[in-house]
Amino acid sequence: MNELVVVNNLTKVYEKKKIALDHMNLIIPRGKIIGLLGPNGSGKTTLIKLVNGLLTATEGEILINGSQPGPESKSCVSYLPERTYFQNSMKISELISFFTDFYKDFRPERAKMMLSNLGIHEDARLKTLSKGTKEKVQLIMVMSREAQLYILDEPIAGVDPAARDYILKTIISNYNENATVLISTHLISDIEKVLDEVIFIRNGRILLHDTVENIRECKGKSVDAYFREVFAC
Amino acid sequence: MAWNLDSDRPIYAQILEVIQFRIIAGQYKSGTKIPSVRELAAEAGVNPNTMQKALTELERSGLVMALRTSGRIVTEDVEMIRETRNKLAQEQIREFIDRMKKLGFEKEEIVELLTQTGGEKHE
Repeated sequence: MNELVVVNNLTKVYEKKKIALDHMNLIIPRGKIIGLLGPNGSGKTTLIKLVNGLLTATEGEILINGSQPGPESKSCVSYLPERTYFQNSMKISELISFFTDFYKDFRPERAKMMLSNLGIHEDARLKTLSKGTKEKVQLIMVMSREAQLYILDEPIAGVDPAARDYILKTIISNYNENATVLISTHLISDIEKVLDEVIFIRNGRILLHDTVENIRECKGKSVDAYFREVFAC
Repeated sequence: MAWNLDSDRPIYAQILEVIQFRIIAGQYKSGTKIPSVRELAAEAGVNPNTMQKALTELERSGLVMALRTSGRIVTEDVEMIRETRNKLAQEQIREFIDRMKKLGFEKEEIVELLTQTGGEKHE
């Protein structure tokens, strides 16, 4: 079984008949780093929330490792939401023990190493941290799990370029051959070198699902440039 | 040679060139091990699968060899490294000549300029 996630005919209609996902079909393989790209309001976060079981589909289904989103899938999916959900009064060290309790696959030593590499003190309280540092902490926690699927919703938007490089290197060196990382972002040029594949979505439909190398070879331009062309306003 | 990757060409081809350059320049010496896929990928900031593809391609050309246990070494065939070096030099020269011709230079003028400039001291 090579596919990690299978999306069949997935449709999500919000109230007031807003169609966020429109009969989407998608297969996400194992062992890849995949960019989920699309303009604002194209359905990226809706798709991510459905995979994480935070929304229920209007029609169609999602299978993760062959089963629908639920406790089983959550134990193997590590999710970085676009907004922080940590208690501001917590210390980072408390957060680490919280994650250790909560997730069997959490590796505290990995988190501690990354925190120290980025110069973040474990005894700091979250509320004393800047927005960017908070984002780094959150990403470190998510990447310190040994999950099969990492879903990162806008992981690098708020962090400085140097930390961005560090984070991307962390993603490259941490993930194992059986795990897939799905990254939703607008900062394509920063991440395209680390991606295997990209998925372009528009109006809740898949516009293109191809490898980065193929796009560069066939179009003679970067994914970033191609995105700007496809989604030109 | 650093990993300055252009945005409009396939990444694996550019990585391959960098590694090839490092072998020719002696940074990775004949018969010695080169860093692992993961190390190289992290260093270049590229996807490990892309790095893998570049190294597989280099294996196919014979410039590096996979060890039975793990890792890869640069070929012990010094002649092959020299040939690769010459091939690369010829490519560079051909590109150079093309560009000079676009600037309107004739072959003789190019040769003349080359001897002239080559004789000057520069780094």
